[in-house]
Amino acid sequence: MVTVHGDVERVEVDAVNKKENRELYAKRIKIFPQKASGFYRSLKWWIMGLTLAIYYITPWIRWDRGPHAPDQAVLVDLANRRFYFFFIEIWPQEFYYVAGILIMGGVGLFLITSSIGRAWCGYTCWQTVWVDLFIAVERFIEGDRNARIKLEKAPFTADKIRKRIAKHVIWLLIALCTGGAWILYFADAPTLIVNFFTLKSPFVAYATVGVLTATTYIFAGFAREQICTYACPWPRIQGAMLDEDSLVVTYNEWRGEPRVLKKKERLALGDKAGDCVDCNACVAVCPQGIDIRDGQQLECISCALCIDACNAVMEKIDKPHGLISYSTLRDYNANKQGIPTKTTWRSFIRPRTFVYIGIWSLVGLGMLITLLSSSRLDLNVLHDRNPLYVKLSDGSIRNGYTVKILNMITEPRIFKLSVTGLPGVTMSIAGEDKLPSGFIDVKVNADKLRSLRVYVKVNNKNIPAERNDIVFTIKDTKGDETAYYNAIFNAPKR
Amino acid sequence: MSKKDIDKITGVETTGHEWDGIKELNNPLPRWWLWTMYACIIWGIVYVILYPAIPLINSATPGLLGQTARGDVAIAITDAKKAQSKFLDKISTMSLEDIRKDQALFEFARAGGKAAFAVNCIQCHGSGAQGSPGFPNLNDDDWMWGGTLEAIHTTITHGIRQDTDDDTRTSDMPEFGADEDFGKENIAKVANYVASLSNVKHDAALAKEGAAVFEESCASCHGEKGEGSQEVGAPNLTDQIYFYGSTVDDFARQVTKPRHGIMPAWAGRLDKNTIKQLAIYVHSLGGGE
Repeated sequence: MVTVHGDVERVEVDAVNKKENRELYAKRIKIFPQKASGFYRSLKWWIMGLTLAIYYITPWIRWDRGPHAPDQAVLVDLANRRFYFFFIEIWPQEFYYVAGILIMGGVGLFLITSSIGRAWCGYTCWQTVWVDLFIAVERFIEGDRNARIKLEKAPFTADKIRKRIAKHVIWLLIALCTGGAWILYFADAPTLIVNFFTLKSPFVAYATVGVLTATTYIFAGFAREQICTYACPWPRIQGAMLDEDSLVVTYNEWRGEPRVLKKKERLALGDKAGDCVDCNACVAVCPQGIDIRDGQQLECISCALCIDACNAVMEKIDKPHGLISYSTLRDYNANKQGIPTKTTWRSFIRPRTFVYIGIWSLVGLGMLITLLSSSRLDLNVLHDRNPLYVKLSDGSIRNGYTVKILNMITEPRIFKLSVTGLPGVTMSIAGEDKLPSGFIDVKVNADKLRSLRVYVKVNNKNIPAERNDIVFTIKDTKGDETAYYNAIFNAPKR
Repeated sequence: MSKKDIDKITGVETTGHEWDGIKELNNPLPRWWLWTMYACIIWGIVYVILYPAIPLINSATPGLLGQTARGDVAIAITDAKKAQSKFLDKISTMSLEDIRKDQALFEFARAGGKAAFAVNCIQCHGSGAQGSPGFPNLNDDDWMWGGTLEAIHTTITHGIRQDTDDDTRTSDMPEFGADEDFGKENIAKVANYVASLSNVKHDAALAKEGAAVFEESCASCHGEKGEGSQEVGAPNLTDQIYFYGSTVDDFARQVTKPRHGIMPAWAGRLDKNTIKQLAIYVHSLGGGE
């Protein structure tokens, strides 16, 4: 079913998601993307390799933190409520770092989308990466587009069954690895992997792997472009993100039209004929099942494979590259009006990108400063509410406090806890034999919180008011790290 | 209904229902929806077979797995007890003093004691153990019957003036108001004397006369200087802590017709382990000796 035009072949292909072909309730029509080759295809292979490598290798990286903390470089330790990322350790109350990273992710996405279009969708989104991987497997086993269409239509012979089983087994294995790698971020990877296969892991590990295996297999194997079109909110937001200076994958209509397939007609038209030879190569390679020549559309993930396909055709017919290219709407319109314009890096320079870069950098810088200057020692004091104070037999007044000391480094430390603010103030710890005094040495284990019941006692004569300010101070006995807490000392009405 | 009614615009068969010219199309349900519904039906049938489901007159069908919510709670409690057993076993065998010195055990016993206190003790002693007139404050350092771990443990176990317990603590201050020989003047004198012991506002002349009365009638229990005795449960009259009020009138009332509180004996009501944890908790409130 191939019509010959010069030495360029026209592929018989229909853009199934073309506007005219869409119905409200339509069964999905399978898309058989043809293999593209060129700059963007290579770029996508490299990015796929890099992102998959990061995902699968990261949990295996070791990072020595001494004997009191895990040695996994990236670890979300839910049981102990710690998050480790190389040299960074985050406690639950420092969750604002995660919020900061989410804000940076969001603003970063705005920046990328408004400047180079849906690059996230086209190159790095996990849906795109895994679909690409699944299609690669499919192509490896069943052949390229035409072979796959033929196989789809063929009756169930031994060969078809063999190919189909091989494909689904490999897909399931990849899906299993995907789910399997995810759980490794939540426990010591080498231990977990052994426990997992000897059936000693907790149920939640198997459930997580099960769910992620199923979603990977279904989303990347079957749902594919439907996830982008129907499930993902981002295509709807892109309308607000893109403007006339955003780089988007564009069919340069001013150059391509009128598109003519037959050689005779082209020759008859002469110079009036557009560069597009209507070979449909751009449609055949599209994993989203659209025709880029219809213009920017919701389904387009900007994977740029149509650029590769078209450029290959342009080479064959001795025309310059770039009939389909990354271009801005401004340049496109200029070209259309006959002003030759080439899209360059200058399109990035505009207030919008600078605002995004500014917000992004500010949040990042703020987090970096907090991270570098944050104390790894914290003190929290909770005053007893019932009773507010206790009168002792000699008439002095005692207040009770729950003192929490957070030792956020991976070594045990001894701290000097002291209280000041009232004359002759002394304290003692519940359950300990030490005599009341102005300061007490407290040992706190590595990377742990220690909670103490502290009783503070002051002679009634030395108390000036009903509510008095006192200060708890904690100091590392070896280093000079200190922390303060301003507390209240209650007494009867004066 | 021999002829199918086909909607002209969409080409879809209608159900034959029509409202003001609007026809209801008979589009098939989406397949994913149907499959989800079938899956739910199968799930429902399996659930009814495995779990208690169909209500009968007095009960419900038990289900093949024999699961009950009450049974789940029992299992959860057993599991929790099992998890606590390494602490509970140690508390049963170790002395109170040794428990106090073991940091982990102390924290556990203190938490357990706090929970038991909240259920059994706060009705009289208050949720912060701060007491009220007639009910001692357990946070302070004044103890009528002793503030050591052992003394607190004995008090909780056998109670105070608890008739049913042979080892209960008992002290009975005589009712001086009923003694006609003693007389009202002596009560006034001794009340003023007691007030003078802890610098409460009093009549100095009466107090001076009260000293002799005190020595004759009160010192045998409350001590020569009014310092009290934990042996017999006689309160210390010289400190700043007052049980039934802190004025001369309050003192006089208590001498005339003393009030006596009762604390229940908890042996037999609470298990020995819980009583030990309670002793640790009360001792840790700040006044423990």
